[in-house]
Amino acid sequence: MPELIVRKTATACEEIFHEYGPAPDRPLRRAAALAVVENPFAGRYEPDIQPFMDDLRPLGLTMARRLVDMLGGPGEIEGYGKGALIGEAGELEHGALWHAPGGYAMREAIGGTRAIVPSSKKVAGVGARLDVPIAHVNAAYVRSHFDSMELGLADAPRRHEMLLALVMTTGARVHSRSGGLEAWEIKGEDGLR
Amino acid sequence: MSANIRKIAIFVEETHREAGQRIDPPTRKAVAAAVIENPFAGAYVEDLSPLMDIGAELGGLLGEKCVAALGITAGEAESYGKAAMVGENGELEHAAAILHPKLGAPLRKAVEKGAALVSSSKKMGSPGQVLDVPLGHKDAAYVRSHFDGVEIRLNDAPRAGEILVAVAVTDSGRPLPRVGGLQAGQIKGEDGLR
Repeated sequence: MPELIVRKTATACEEIFHEYGPAPDRPLRRAAALAVVENPFAGRYEPDIQPFMDDLRPLGLTMARRLVDMLGGPGEIEGYGKGALIGEAGELEHGALWHAPGGYAMREAIGGTRAIVPSSKKVAGVGARLDVPIAHVNAAYVRSHFDSMELGLADAPRRHEMLLALVMTTGARVHSRSGGLEAWEIKGEDGLR
Repeated sequence: MSANIRKIAIFVEETHREAGQRIDPPTRKAVAAAVIENPFAGAYVEDLSPLMDIGAELGGLLGEKCVAALGITAGEAESYGKAAMVGENGELEHAAAILHPKLGAPLRKAVEKGAALVSSSKKMGSPGQVLDVPLGHKDAAYVRSHFDGVEIRLNDAPRAGEILVAVAVTDSGRPLPRVGGLQAGQIKGEDGLR
């Protein structure tokens, strides 16, 4: 397989104190790690693309560990999500290669999470923004943790690139009060409740 | 008056390749932004000194956040910049009050020295608009390799009654500088220019 070529990496971290309601004791923090990589399949139809998932695995782990560090350790992480922007010479399917290396890297870095990692992906031009969905790490139905983070870089993804993203959060929306399954009620066994 | 901060966002980017060339070590930029309530939204107020004090508070806070995010010592910072975007119920002058009178001194403390003018930009804007923060060498404004910029944008800010205030710090210039001029290694760093 071709060498993984990383042009650029970036991180974003938001600390949300309030949204003009009562400020919680601990602000909500959201962090994202981004990597701009060369798309080895850009410009042609390549039937066999799965080996590239293995090439992405170390990058995924580096990004996931970086996020855990930024947010203060595995015990702090309550929500996660992932996403990909594929430059226009690529194909939506190339973005799907990020599911396994991105998702399993976060599970490993946080330590055996149960819930599916919500995701978004699209083919887009330079400067595009991606809304990465976020949900609770152990129970997908926890309503307070449904959130998203908008990401993007002014100079990516170029035609032959992919922008890969991982996102983690430390808790519920800052003024969560829409009911549903609460984080303290979950069993955390089946990844749903 | 201290700032009513709704959120703080910190963005760091590292460039590892440019035009097919490896950049080693990578060039790195950090930008830290605070979204604050604009205490003077919706009214004309003559005395803007409370915003000047908020500028002092944010210059130190955001400068330190940038240095921490880059994982460098204050003395390793090489360039800086500042900018503000005022939501629609405010006034461009509110950005000036935050940025110019008092923000610089605590920012300079956060990056050690800082003999040069802190380059700046300001605009009126709305949630999701891009704010471009200009960058220049912190000790000698004529260093050509360090003229640059970095953008910040937050999908939810500034709301009509808010101001987005940003400070940017780097530990490097552009990835492949080759347009000549004064080099960072040649500066005296006394007059802020050369």
